[in-house]
Amino acid sequence: MEVLQPTSWGEALAAKEEHPGAVPLAGGTDLLVELNFDRRRPETIIDLTRVAELNEWSHVNGGVRLGAGVDYTRVIAELASELPGLAIASRTVGSPQIRNRGTVGGNLGTSSPAGDALPPLVASGARIELAATSGTRVVPVEEFCIAPKRNVLAPDELIAAIHMPVATGPQQFSKIGTRNAMVIAVASFALTLDPPARSVGTGIGSAGPVPLRATEAERFLEGVLDEEGLWDSRGQLSEGAVARFGQLASEASRPIDDVRGSAAYRRHSLGVMAGRTLAWAWDEYRGTL
Amino acid sequence: MRRISLTVNGVKHDAMVEPRQLLVYFLREQLALTGTNVGCDTSTCGACTILVNGKSAKSCTLLAVQADGAEVTTIEGLASNGEMHPLQKAFHESHGLQCGYCTPGMIMASVDLIANNDAMSDEDIRMGLEGNLCRCTGYQNIVKSVQQAAGEMRSPAST
Amino acid sequence: MTPTKERTIAPPVRGGVGTSARRQDSVPKVKGEFAYSSDLWAEGMLWGATVRSPHPRAAIRSLDITDALTVSGVHAVLTHEDVPGRKLFGMEIVDQPVLAWDEIRYEGEPVALVAADHPENARRAADRLRVDYEELPPLVDPERAVEPDAPQLHASGNLIRHARIRCGDPAVTADVVIEGTYETAMQDQAFLGPESGLAVPAEDGGIDLYVATQWLHVDLEQLAASLGLPQDKVRITLAGVGGAFGAREDLSMQIHCCMLALYTGRPVKMMYSREESFFGHVHRHPARMHYEHGATREGELVYVKARIVLDGGAYASSSTAVCANATAFACGPYEVPNVQVDALAVYTNNPPCGAMRGFGAVQACFAYESQMDKLADALGMDPVELRMKNAMSTGSAMPTGQIVEGPAPVAELLRRVKEMSLPPAGHDAPLDLRSLPGGVSNTTHGEGIRRGVGYAIGFKNIAFSEGSDDFATARVRLFAAGGEPQVEVHSAAAEVGQGVGVVQIQVARTELGVERVTLLPADTTVGSAGSSSASRQTWMTGGAVKSACEAVRARLLERAAGELGGSPSDFSMEGGKIVSQTNGIEVSIADLLGRDSIEETREYRHRKTYPMDPETGQGDAHVAFAFAAHRAIVDVDTELGLVRVVELATAQDVGKAINPLSVEGQIEGGSAQGLGLALMEEIQVSNGRIRNPSFTDYLIPTVLDMPPMKIDVLELGDPEAPYGVKGVGEAPTISSTPAVIAALRDATGRALERAPVRPEDVVGLTEREVR
Repeated sequence: MEVLQPTSWGEALAAKEEHPGAVPLAGGTDLLVELNFDRRRPETIIDLTRVAELNEWSHVNGGVRLGAGVDYTRVIAELASELPGLAIASRTVGSPQIRNRGTVGGNLGTSSPAGDALPPLVASGARIELAATSGTRVVPVEEFCIAPKRNVLAPDELIAAIHMPVATGPQQFSKIGTRNAMVIAVASFALTLDPPARSVGTGIGSAGPVPLRATEAERFLEGVLDEEGLWDSRGQLSEGAVARFGQLASEASRPIDDVRGSAAYRRHSLGVMAGRTLAWAWDEYRGTL
Repeated sequence: MRRISLTVNGVKHDAMVEPRQLLVYFLREQLALTGTNVGCDTSTCGACTILVNGKSAKSCTLLAVQADGAEVTTIEGLASNGEMHPLQKAFHESHGLQCGYCTPGMIMASVDLIANNDAMSDEDIRMGLEGNLCRCTGYQNIVKSVQQAAGEMRSPAST
Repeated sequence: MTPTKERTIAPPVRGGVGTSARRQDSVPKVKGEFAYSSDLWAEGMLWGATVRSPHPRAAIRSLDITDALTVSGVHAVLTHEDVPGRKLFGMEIVDQPVLAWDEIRYEGEPVALVAADHPENARRAADRLRVDYEELPPLVDPERAVEPDAPQLHASGNLIRHARIRCGDPAVTADVVIEGTYETAMQDQAFLGPESGLAVPAEDGGIDLYVATQWLHVDLEQLAASLGLPQDKVRITLAGVGGAFGAREDLSMQIHCCMLALYTGRPVKMMYSREESFFGHVHRHPARMHYEHGATREGELVYVKARIVLDGGAYASSSTAVCANATAFACGPYEVPNVQVDALAVYTNNPPCGAMRGFGAVQACFAYESQMDKLADALGMDPVELRMKNAMSTGSAMPTGQIVEGPAPVAELLRRVKEMSLPPAGHDAPLDLRSLPGGVSNTTHGEGIRRGVGYAIGFKNIAFSEGSDDFATARVRLFAAGGEPQVEVHSAAAEVGQGVGVVQIQVARTELGVERVTLLPADTTVGSAGSSSASRQTWMTGGAVKSACEAVRARLLERAAGELGGSPSDFSMEGGKIVSQTNGIEVSIADLLGRDSIEETREYRHRKTYPMDPETGQGDAHVAFAFAAHRAIVDVDTELGLVRVVELATAQDVGKAINPLSVEGQIEGGSAQGLGLALMEEIQVSNGRIRNPSFTDYLIPTVLDMPPMKIDVLELGDPEAPYGVKGVGEAPTISSTPAVIAALRDATGRALERAPVRPEDVVGLTEREVR
């Protein structure tokens, strides 16, 4: 095995072009475990932790461009007001040691449906910037993951950054684990309210082959908010609407039974989390007159 | 083989390592710093926690080559001039250990925790140690030990 | 025998019995200098690896090592043909192949060994070993295993033991009858330091093994037999142990590592990964328990009928003792006049099960305490009151006919946990997510939360039972250095974290009045200490050190009498001096000894025990019992099934706290393991295969799962035991599981008949409660 350690983005992309089978390494919290278990024996690893460009975030076109190598500890400390949903999710990742190393880019690269950062990206309509020496393309996050641990990255591409709109309203994230710390999600749910756009975003984790959107739930809620004029009145959302939203979110999931939980429980818990996160977000919206 | 150069516990080392060598095995086997333990191989248990450039990290999921140029601190580097670090003293005095396998990782995680937080409640300490498993103690005496050390480190005058 | 003159007692010494003396191993442990078995290294050392079966049941058609031998750096590839001596091992029943030859009985069973210059090469060679398996359908249901037409996994059949109690009137009836079926899962000890050791071939053809284990001498007996060596050519030294909890009582890599070292003539180190560790040691027996309780309307127990099936897995390990415990403690610490118990331990193709903290008693306690709550509910009685009403006490007869002779403060312990103050209900504003179920995972801001309170009490035997010759040996040497008296204590008691090291030092300090006490490394050059299990070491090895110290003191006083005139009884020991009680003449121990030393070795035995009658279970099988009660307070998110244990409170009689801080540590750690079984710990086995052999998916409590505890330690003093001690380690693990689950039932109203309780169960999405 060979480990390449580019120190600039250009070098990194050149390395990836030269070694299309190479596996990129960011925080290493997923990849190194696979190496330890001998489940993977890549010939080449590209260690991206020395690429300074990846460790930066900036404001671009009114949104945030989050370098793929920014660790969770920094997301929590620096981006809680711009990207609150992602910050809440980052807080639930592993443990302090893991948050010090793990990155949103790495979460995307692994493309596990259980990746804690992914539902907030889906809920906020994040776009993933992929780069190769030949150029750059931007892919909506929903199109990025295509199957468990599989994504659309071409052999010569690397994840450069995540583009997310700055929050214009409340965002929430909720995650089920069977203990109170350091646990892989049994199911998770992210919610974004975008009042100026009159839109609702959702993201479902660990309950399908890829992170999912509860599209019907979004449309339903947007409909209710529009019809009842609630975006403007900031009036109370009916319990029935909250319950229906939860039910639609639950129905949008495609879970399986596995060692961490049953499909039935995943469906059930998603309904509860969707209802609760909506209630919290709406309360917050109502309180921010 | 790759040449790396890093500082471990204040001492500079130049070494040749296999690219796939984990940092924890580099420390344990090449530098004979066996105080850092391996408990799970999946970055869960935290027994292998060390500081890399001052931040806590699990050395079972870091490659040795990734530490090239880094400042690494392990449990062996905490005592100074033969004096135990306040955390070491506190774990000794407050029975913050039984089998002791988790202890180096617990102490290293606590170093980072105390360095980055002001006065901490027991609950804050628990949050900071969520990434370190202990199977013997039920954690109570560990939380007490960290609390004791944190107090001592903030007010060196009082004992 | 005439009563002897009152013993001279040494004056108090710092760090003696009853003080929270610091551990002798904690300075090296906090400095990272303590040598765990995984830290060992020897010049020219090779690395061993184990080839394991991927199938839970299979016939081995052939084994081909040629390819494996071609891997560079490989020095040996060994199979069953290379086992020099007895090809089977086992602590109680010798039924387990050192390396399998014809039949595979569990997933992960060792079939071959490799030694290579590098662990990577060893693993590579292991991958190249060709084994032709004929897969067979695994027998995984323990109930099915005892049906007459089930495939027989061992020549002796599938039944390891059927223990019974027949006490009182089998036809008795009662006003109120309740039934229940309960299950406990396969729990892993999950010690933090995986199995490892270093074997060094010796010039005399023997072997020196440095290993993390619980019982050096039982390892030695099994090693010598399988290596074909006389016992004096096998020497074992305890290496640093990263936790045990029963998992190191059986052999893991010991014989394998020695075989490789003897074959290659080089030191060989073996070290399991966490994943291999899940296959490399025995687990807690899963149990299925059907109970029927009958009581009067006033709440007096009339009868208990129980059928308990324990899945022993592929090999016997300590199944016979686990089965005996489940039987003897099946009814709990209550007076029950009519009892029928049938407990079966059986072979299956599941992972082998054996010792884990509280074995047999843990499983039964979950069932009988669940039944007591159910009965209280049926009677409309307070569950603690029902328990107190039926509590056994000193002088009570157990269903085995044994009279409980020592302190048995069952009602008192219950009263104490019941009376402890309750933590405040509700949650303060502003909301702190950390105090809610789910924590910072942000699953509730108070919605769906209900608080529950649950109680349980449990008990278990201390030390070995059923007639085993249970003894411990200690050697104590008193000498002077630099004008100061010093003591060396040597025993084979395995310090596995529990603190038996400092206990021995404290005993020697108190008995000899000497503060400077050194503990020599535990090894087999001194007699057996028995196992660090069954909550026995403080009593047994503590007792042996005490006896040896008494013998040393007697010789010292004789010597004083010889030198100074008079009789030994004229002298006493005071602060490092020998003082004549007749004329006040003093001499320092150092002066009296000069360059001599006094050394004595003693064996300590507890009172004899007797087997349980195979038909009726009657017999004085146990020497003493440990009791603990728990109260658990939980907040449950009833819609999501997530739980936060708010507080655990416990009261336990420890007889005498030799080291109070160590006692607290044992109680907290033991309670945490019980909490783990209640809420999350389960080796999930599907068709004989472990689905979660990692710490990613086998969850143990983190610091955020284990709450602070309220602890009430009673020291009632067992008259049979040195200083009145009782074992501490196991009792907390027994009653914490049922207490937590009782609290969950209180919060949710659900039956929750299986441990661990999963979120699915709390929200009612599982069918398994109704069978």
